[in-house]
Amino acid sequence: MASYDTAKIDAILAKNEYAEANLLAILQDIQAAEGYLPRPALEHVAKSLGISIARIYSMATFYKAFSLKPRGKHICTVCMGTACHVRGAGRILDKIEENLKIKAGETTKDLLFTVERVNCVGACAMGPVVIMDGETIGNATANKINKVINDIKADSKKS
Amino acid sequence: MTEAKVNNAPMVEFIVDGKKCSAPRESSLLDFLLANGYDIPYLCHNPAVKPYGACRLCLVEVKNGRKTKLTTSCNYPILEGIEVFTNTEKVRRNRKMVMELLLARAPESKELRQMAKDRFGIDADKLPFEKNNGNKCILCGLCVRVCRELVGIEALSFAGRGEHKEAISPFHDVASTCIGCGACAVACPTNCIGLDQVITKRSLARWNRELPMKTCKRCGYAYAPMFQLEHFQNISSVPADFFDLCPDCRK
Ligand code: SF4
Ligand code: SF4
Ligand code: FES
Ligand code: FES
Repeated sequence: MASYDTAKIDAILAKNEYAEANLLAILQDIQAAEGYLPRPALEHVAKSLGISIARIYSMATFYKAFSLKPRGKHICTVCMGTACHVRGAGRILDKIEENLKIKAGETTKDLLFTVERVNCVGACAMGPVVIMDGETIGNATANKINKVINDIKADSKKS
Repeated sequence: MTEAKVNNAPMVEFIVDGKKCSAPRESSLLDFLLANGYDIPYLCHNPAVKPYGACRLCLVEVKNGRKTKLTTSCNYPILEGIEVFTNTEKVRRNRKMVMELLLARAPESKELRQMAKDRFGIDADKLPFEKNNGNKCILCGLCVRVCRELVGIEALSFAGRGEHKEAISPFHDVASTCIGCGACAVACPTNCIGLDQVITKRSLARWNRELPMKTCKRCGYAYAPMFQLEHFQNISSVPADFFDLCPDCRK
């Protein structure tokens, strides 16, 4: 935390004229640059603009587009809505968590995957549903999803 | 509603439950009703901070022109010629429903349960919802508003939204700028901030904050949190050793 490089944040602040009125834009720029909103970055913004960290935290948690935790390159979202749940979404999530060694809401150490859970994505007929990087996979099974995950893993090792 | 505006606002006439009344234009209807002995239930209002209209318990019916509508009174500005009904069947029914919803959110608050029982005859144990959801907070925002508007610190805020909304310290961590004045704990209607003091340490459980207390050089009494005194020192021009003694020994 002490070693956090604030130069990048300073550039973003300068671009936004160090104006409190541009706070939302500043957070958007940090999210774009870092992939998430690192706490030291937010604390630096608070200090530089002379506003409370409480106010910034409030804004940072209000918008879905912001994330306070680092997010992986690949986002795997498991639907846990009622329809998917009764068709075994819980088991699928368990198996994914086992494979990646993280819990839903977390990101792998190598920043390759983030696993999330949502409630009903409106595709109940093809449940259980898993969304991998925006692509809906219907009639999902643990094996099917873990194969997709393993393929991505293998690919990333190659490059 | 700012002080100044009310102070030099013209008086207007209006009617409450059939009685003629007058008050400064655009002042808070709830403040007026409470000051004049109307027994209106409320939870999120404190005349010292801006109205927020969060708990919805202070409902009344107001007729303005031809329209009559149900409205929260704390954030309703008094206007010329309005007619207010504080205790109609509709008002009572809706307040009771609001109370039940508040209980569903924060069933673990003793204060809330007591109020529900005394004012509405609601037995919280008989309501059909989870009783142990670990929540006492009704999101009234008084802690946030008091800390920001009165204390001038803003150590807290609302975070998240929708069902995830909460009144909390930044990052759920220590509220590092909190000076321990305790104003939020006094203002909280559901007593969920957990202000405690053990000899020379004051703690605010909800904000994960522990503060050393300043002890009086003469009598040894731990009389106020250090950070609070530092804050006072910064915003006033008292001499550096002013707070060495407690107010009693200073006399
Ligand atoms: S005790 Fe801390 S959080 Fe509460 S009002 Fe005072 S400064 Fe704000
Ligand atoms: S902690 Fe208390 S004062 Fe703060 S929002 Fe919750 S109920 Fe209101
Ligand atoms: S419950 Fe999964 S898509 Fe509706
Ligand atoms: S006191 Fe009016 S809405 Fe809470």
